[in-house]
Amino acid sequence: MTRKALPGPGSGRAFLALALAGLILLMAGVPGPAAAQDEPVDPAYVQAVQALAEGGFRDKAEAIETLVELGDPRAGRVLAAMFDRRLFVREDAGEDAPALVIGETDAGDQVVIRDAITLEPLGVVHEDTLEAVGINNRLRRTLQEAIGTLQLRDPDPATRIAAAEALAGDRSDENAALLRDVLEAEEDPDVRDAITFALAQIDLGSDDRERRLAAIETLGGSFEPAVRGMLARVVRQNADGSYVEPDEEIRLAAEAALRQTERNLALVEFALNIFQGISLGSVLLLAAMGLAITFGVMGVINMAHGEMLMLGAYTTFVIQEIFRSVAPGLFDAYILVAIPAAFLVAGLVGVALEQGVIRFLYGRPLETLLATWGISLVLQQVVRLIFGAPNREVANPDWMQGGFELLGGAVITYNRLYIIIFALVVLALVALVLRYSRFGLQMRAVTQNRPMAACMGIRSGRVDALTFGLGSGIAGVGGVALSQIGNVSPNLGQSYIVDSFMVVVFGGVGSLWGVLVAAMSLGIINKFLEPYAGAMLGKIIVLVVIILFIQRRPRGLFALKGRAAEA
Amino acid sequence: MPEDAALTLAEEPQGSGAAPAPAPSPTHETLLYIDGVSVSFDGFKALNNLSLVVEAGELRTIIGPNGAGKTTMMDVVTGKTRPDHGAVSFNGDIDLTKLDEVAIARLGIGRKFQRPTVFEKLSVWENLDLAIKDRRGVFHVLFSRLKAEQRRRIEEILEVIGLADRRHEAAGLLSHGQKQWLEIGMLLIQDPQLLLLDEPVAGMTDKETERTAELILDIARQHTVIVVEHDMAFVRDLGAKTTVLHEGSVLAEGTVEAVQNHPRVIEVYLGR
Amino acid sequence: MGPITSRLATMMTPKGWAALAAALLVFAVVLPVLNLAVPPGSPFHLPDFAVSLIGKYLCFAMLALALDLIWGFAGALSLGHGAFFALGGYCMGMYLMRQIGERGVYGHPTLPDFMVFLDWDELPWYWYGFDNFGFAMLMVMLVPGLLALIFGWLAFRSRISGVYFSIITQAMTFALMLAFFRNEMGFGGNNGLTDFKDILGFTIQSQQTRVGLMIASAVALALALLVCLFVVTSKLGRVLVAVRDAENRVRFLGYSVTHAKLLVFVLSAVLAGIAGALYVPQVGIINPGEFSPANSIEVAVWVAVGGRGTLLGPILGAVSVNAAESYFTGFAPDLWLFVLGGLFITVTLFLPQGILGLLRGLRDRLRGTARTPVAETAGHA
Repeated sequence: MTRKALPGPGSGRAFLALALAGLILLMAGVPGPAAAQDEPVDPAYVQAVQALAEGGFRDKAEAIETLVELGDPRAGRVLAAMFDRRLFVREDAGEDAPALVIGETDAGDQVVIRDAITLEPLGVVHEDTLEAVGINNRLRRTLQEAIGTLQLRDPDPATRIAAAEALAGDRSDENAALLRDVLEAEEDPDVRDAITFALAQIDLGSDDRERRLAAIETLGGSFEPAVRGMLARVVRQNADGSYVEPDEEIRLAAEAALRQTERNLALVEFALNIFQGISLGSVLLLAAMGLAITFGVMGVINMAHGEMLMLGAYTTFVIQEIFRSVAPGLFDAYILVAIPAAFLVAGLVGVALEQGVIRFLYGRPLETLLATWGISLVLQQVVRLIFGAPNREVANPDWMQGGFELLGGAVITYNRLYIIIFALVVLALVALVLRYSRFGLQMRAVTQNRPMAACMGIRSGRVDALTFGLGSGIAGVGGVALSQIGNVSPNLGQSYIVDSFMVVVFGGVGSLWGVLVAAMSLGIINKFLEPYAGAMLGKIIVLVVIILFIQRRPRGLFALKGRAAEA
Repeated sequence: MPEDAALTLAEEPQGSGAAPAPAPSPTHETLLYIDGVSVSFDGFKALNNLSLVVEAGELRTIIGPNGAGKTTMMDVVTGKTRPDHGAVSFNGDIDLTKLDEVAIARLGIGRKFQRPTVFEKLSVWENLDLAIKDRRGVFHVLFSRLKAEQRRRIEEILEVIGLADRRHEAAGLLSHGQKQWLEIGMLLIQDPQLLLLDEPVAGMTDKETERTAELILDIARQHTVIVVEHDMAFVRDLGAKTTVLHEGSVLAEGTVEAVQNHPRVIEVYLGR
Repeated sequence: MGPITSRLATMMTPKGWAALAAALLVFAVVLPVLNLAVPPGSPFHLPDFAVSLIGKYLCFAMLALALDLIWGFAGALSLGHGAFFALGGYCMGMYLMRQIGERGVYGHPTLPDFMVFLDWDELPWYWYGFDNFGFAMLMVMLVPGLLALIFGWLAFRSRISGVYFSIITQAMTFALMLAFFRNEMGFGGNNGLTDFKDILGFTIQSQQTRVGLMIASAVALALALLVCLFVVTSKLGRVLVAVRDAENRVRFLGYSVTHAKLLVFVLSAVLAGIAGALYVPQVGIINPGEFSPANSIEVAVWVAVGGRGTLLGPILGAVSVNAAESYFTGFAPDLWLFVLGGLFITVTLFLPQGILGLLRGLRDRLRGTARTPVAETAGHA
């Protein structure tokens, strides 16, 4: 076992990286070197590639045409190299050595080269031994088209879609013709959509009225933000109020299409807002769930609740550091250790807090508020002295990084998605513990009728301590989640304490359902207000709404009614 | 009383003074008219279509087993609980169900709670000072001082409730019975039109109970009084018209004797 | 107002009046003389920094007194007093900004620097009138008072009390802090209002002005003390004690608990606003940090340390805790938060009556009279 301080790639991690890289290569459809060697090489292909470096520009153009007709996917790479002037003739090549090579990377005057036909790596040579295959502007265009065509015929649909999108960027008639060509043969519906869409984009810029109208109709159903801009350009006005577009029919069609696109985009934004709202809501849920137990069930105002979140987040930070230095290969699993560790750390601090301070203050909620605030100051300062005041960063495990794209550029990130799932799982576990476990039963008994519970042999003092520990532990687990979406700092908890209390008060004290509904609705309301009011004003509006809401229902959404609520 | 006798009697009530749950109707003498009031908590019907008429100047005792709805009835009259159905009118045309506690208190309805609730941290004198009939507006309260005539009134009441020599003591230091008296004194000094007394002798010694009965009879000469009570001896001492509540509605009404001999009442009290 | 003057005469013992007069004499005459007239070399000279410090403490004492009025006497722990204090401070700050005039960095005749920096063309409507000292002082009282009126009415009407009241007032403070951090609000955003030049024509940096502000603070505190005394010794004061004892019973007597609490809350917010207004020229800056919920809770601990439900307690608490803070941040800033946190815990666990309660207990033990805490009404403080 090495004891290096620097995180070096351990065997496990290296394997993972390799596997991942392999996966990406497979997905991208680029034949790796290993695959290239096994394939038998078509002599016509070899000839065509070699012809790229021979004769005049006209001959080269013919060779390019041939390569496109042959349709070998490797040709794309060769042509791309030629386009970049990285296709070289090797001057020092012997009889058997391949004369045509692709230069890959160069460090100083050394170039890493690869056989242009087999794509096998050939090592490093001095740049003076290589001469680039010459091209001119005309050839450049031919090449571009050829590359596009090859990519459009690539076996991988993703590559084809990317090619269509790239071609739409350059609105030439040649590209339009090319796209129209492949559209007929294309069978994959996604690729067809992409090609149709790219065509429409090109057509919109053309002079042909019919083509433009057809294009507008096609673009109307789009979810692409770029389309909005394109259509908006058609309907824009000059400074004097006249329209830039003289043709009224086209303009009206574009306006209708623009409205449709905007509706679509609004829909995407709505969906994204809902997702982000639920994401924020689940963060609030994790932050407030522990409070729902300590405040909601026990009636203890714990102003140090935020610090339990903070302790959970710092526990995650420490566990992460330990994994990084001791077992970097298992780094991605650190979070599985961090969750129980955070629960234990925050839970134990909670038990100590209850035993040391809070139990002397039962029935004096305002004093509890002040004392626990004092505790929160102390905890923050302790952490500040140990870890320093600046933010610490907790890295996401690989499987939580990245995200996937929804329609129209809306990205759903994995860490947010996992936190939503995590919050719901924690909520379900807590609900199960409260409802079905023996401890949950005792806890409810003690909170409902302390003397009676004591008569039945339940040690209410111990139940109190454990209940408080449970609430704090859940907050610690919430801290693990918080560490995954932001930095960790000693005043992390402070930013959540007011929100958490609002969630519990809004939801109805003592109701887990209420907390869920309140957290989610506050999260969603917040996200929907943000675009109109800005993040801060949105928050202010939410606070005001809650204050007004408490007017109507002082005991929250899911409050008990009748005599029981009088206590 | 033998059980079978009670059962046969239940079929045919005896005595004209005790009609079973009569539906009352108000007259011009009526001070308080509770009309078909129902209240339920989470499905439990605390009051079930309760109707009751109290004449001006009347002394009325209300009895009933636990959970009969006595305290809830008081809560409805004083605005602490809103009824689900029904109306409560006071002095003819004032609808009490539309008002809150403060407004109802200011109308002249005084209430004594089941547990004595005097202000323990204030002295006996200060308790009476707070209760004395005066304007209740917040600015008036901020700037007002006691007038000489109000001081005399407090002295008078102190004599009546027998706490004159403890006037400067904190009310929290009084005995249970003394607190009850102080609370009655506080009601008296409010000079309300209607007094609601919820178990005024609960926890009192016999002697204190006797004294309290005298006090209440004394008060009843000038005020309309409703007394809710468990203690039958005390109810007999008062000797007033009595209403029996059971399961949230009126079971019987009449003189103490008539009610005591009413078969349904016996059944309810003795259990079946 | 005849009855009121007679009330004033009886609400404190002659000894109490003498003590108040003596305290005023010290702060308004003796200390200024020691600072301005006694030369710096003399052992009796009061250093300049001490004047600023004392001035600040007096403002904090007034803030604590204000909080005690609503918490100690009406039983509602407001965590919004830091916000009322800051609002009063901002009103004063706006007056001071308008006084800068063309002397700002950008030299704009009416717009404060930060507005020029934000490319604003004209003064927002809510800045109008603040160039007038009288108007600004009216706002110092009106703005916190109105906020307390609206907020308190909403809260007390629906019988929000206890910790719920604390939590929603904290939320209010938090919301205001977020709002004032925004540049668009027109109060200087993050940086707040600062770089003041003069107040009522006096240069704000000069020692004479500083002494004047300290005297003003002392006088304001004395007046606030009298107002509070007037309230707590009135029948309203007894209603408030009764409310803490048995809130419902008070309602059945026909007193509006809502109105009683509301009056005290508004009065208390106004006092906090005045304290803030006196504080700002002495420290030379007001920024959104003053709205931080932590500040409001800290005020509660001053009151608790001194002894809540008394009038001297909060003053004592504010001065002693702040003096301790000045002392600790001098040599061990890392320790201060431990001390403060410890104070919160110790006071609530072991000293529920605060220092004043401790002293009273000692005195009673010395005299051998076992006074019950029940007799502890405000007038005796």
